[in-house]
Amino acid sequence: MSEDKQEQIANLNLDRSTSDFRYAEDYAYDAGVGLNENVVRYISKVKDEPQWILDFRLKALKIFLEKENPTHWASERLDELDYSKIRYYLAKGAKKKKTWEEVPEDVKRTFERLGVPEQERAFLAGVDAQFDSESAYSNMKENLQKDGVIFVDSTEGLKKYPDIFRPWFGKVIAPSDNKFSALNSAVFSGGSFIYVPKGVKVMQPLQAYFRINAESFGQFERTLIIADEGSELMYMEGCTAPKYDTGTLHSAVVELVALKGAKIQYVTVQNWSDNVYNLVTKRGEAAEDAQIRWIDCNIGSGLTMKYPAVVLKGKRARGEVISIALANRGQHQDTGAKMIHLADDTTSNVVSKSVSISDGRASYRGLVYIPGNVKNCRNNTVCDALLVNENSRTDTYPAIECSGENNSVQHEASVSKLSAEQIFYMRQRGLSETEAMSLSVNGFVNDLIKEFPMEYSVELKRLIELEMEGSVG
Amino acid sequence: MQGLEIKNLTVKVAGKKVVDGMNLCVPAGEVHAIMGPNGTGKSSLSKAIAGHPNYPVESGEILLNGESLVGLSPDEISRKGFFLAFQYPVEIPGVSIANFIRACLNARLPEGQEVNAPEFYRQLREKMVELKMDPKFTSRSVNEGFSGGEKKRCDILQMLMLNPSFAMLDEIDSGLDIDALRIVSESVNKARSHHRGMLLITHYHRLLEYVRPDAVHVMSGGKIVKSGGPELAVELESKGYDWIAG
Repeated sequence: MSEDKQEQIANLNLDRSTSDFRYAEDYAYDAGVGLNENVVRYISKVKDEPQWILDFRLKALKIFLEKENPTHWASERLDELDYSKIRYYLAKGAKKKKTWEEVPEDVKRTFERLGVPEQERAFLAGVDAQFDSESAYSNMKENLQKDGVIFVDSTEGLKKYPDIFRPWFGKVIAPSDNKFSALNSAVFSGGSFIYVPKGVKVMQPLQAYFRINAESFGQFERTLIIADEGSELMYMEGCTAPKYDTGTLHSAVVELVALKGAKIQYVTVQNWSDNVYNLVTKRGEAAEDAQIRWIDCNIGSGLTMKYPAVVLKGKRARGEVISIALANRGQHQDTGAKMIHLADDTTSNVVSKSVSISDGRASYRGLVYIPGNVKNCRNNTVCDALLVNENSRTDTYPAIECSGENNSVQHEASVSKLSAEQIFYMRQRGLSETEAMSLSVNGFVNDLIKEFPMEYSVELKRLIELEMEGSVG
Repeated sequence: MQGLEIKNLTVKVAGKKVVDGMNLCVPAGEVHAIMGPNGTGKSSLSKAIAGHPNYPVESGEILLNGESLVGLSPDEISRKGFFLAFQYPVEIPGVSIANFIRACLNARLPEGQEVNAPEFYRQLREKMVELKMDPKFTSRSVNEGFSGGEKKRCDILQMLMLNPSFAMLDEIDSGLDIDALRIVSESVNKARSHHRGMLLITHYHRLLEYVRPDAVHVMSGGKIVKSGGPELAVELESKGYDWIAG
């Protein structure tokens, strides 16, 4: 009776009705409004960073200022984002705590309302809780510390562990990769640095919870995960913010490095309020026999642009993207996957399901690259879209480049409309129209929801039900 | 009156009368059959009673246990106790039979209450054994990839679990081989009770050999044109419909 057991697990509270609350702003460090060199210098100074990071930031700022918004292919809504009205760094100045008792009261209450300490006790190996720019709480189970696992925020990572941090930082995703990776590289703060030593298998997930509290704020966390040879790790992140009248920006960079035979699973449940721009660059490098899986669910934000990528660098490496997107009224979920096959016998798998509700729009953008100098590579992409209402929209933009010997790419795409006969059938059995629709939509994504850890899959089903409320008619 | 009463019912689809001044009364405790050639409005009648938006009631009354069903939503009609086994049961990908039936039962309970899970699964298994369904089917998606016969059994399973006060079974015998027909018929017979009325739509006398009706009606041109006892079905089998409908 596993289903009943599931119901007893505490909610993760990623839904926007329970997460739509805020506390008064009271920040010791505030970089002000707008972006220029002084802001970057201020952030670096407050964080007391080494010179090489400041140099890295300043170089990135220059790239950001020079690059145009990518509106020649992406949504023109990017042009509504006014970089001069964003606040780039807000912090209370309190040091990150290792026990919840020490965390400042309002921040602690925030995470308690979001259920974070409860989940930590229930099933997590470690938690990092970020409030606006800085991590407020971070802790990891003792046995992992003994095994040499490092789980800290990015600032602590670059200061304390430069030998591990520096060789990989900005290498998987260069600041110049795109306008938003440049922006993040200039003003990043928070995010996780994780190192799992050779052969260590972290059995329980590590979790980060990203919370935006302030209005007109930009959150730019930076995550670097290195799984050394033969190690394994699952990392989960949840994101929420209260709803404000003005736009908020979330622009993260996440770099994963899976060394020989390592396995990384990276799970995201993104439910930002619908005025958050969510412009995220995520990429992993997989060495020989390594595996990287991105398991990604986008429910919130007004405009999401996110295409998790795996660069398959070593023989027999495997990359996977499992992706669910829900685009409700006024939302555009522009998501996808990139698989770059640079070694023989590499395989990749992309399964993407999107649901468009009301005038919501879900786009799939995919890139599969298999050059002529590699052989025996396989990619399989399945991309299904469900349209709930007459005015819902979906688009697919697959880019496939495949040459070389014995390489194959398979791309299947389908678009279906929520069937009126199916809804009638379900209503004939006593379900209300909303219940029928949400069960139907849950059914559509069910095989992918099973890929999420159980704690998240229960929450996801509930979030989908919430999204379906008010979609009737 | 306990049971289903249809009074002077007219249903129009795209300007055309598909049910035209129909009268029918099926008291609780009785099983009636409607027979008739294709296109005489039998399935339209079932959809109109169930509240399908494309089959609006133009005039007349549909009463279930004395309460009018006209104007209610399909789910309200269901929760009032009317069950329709579909001629073509619909697939619901990704929704398991167990979860679906459980959600339907929960929808009948007051807000915040849920069915007792162990008791639910016990009952579900019991009914599945009765219908000779593989217990593995509980976790299969509703009707997805089912054979015609499996779909019909799945609908009957839902009927047994939801325990309606009135069930209308639309061509429950189509697509069933003789063994499956026997199994389904046995379940329908077991489901007969003095609390429950049933209305079978069928083309064939065959079903009525297994599920013996209390009355047989012939529908033609959107209304009942002849009624009689079980012997009427035998007569139709040998003579066809022309002598009545013509």
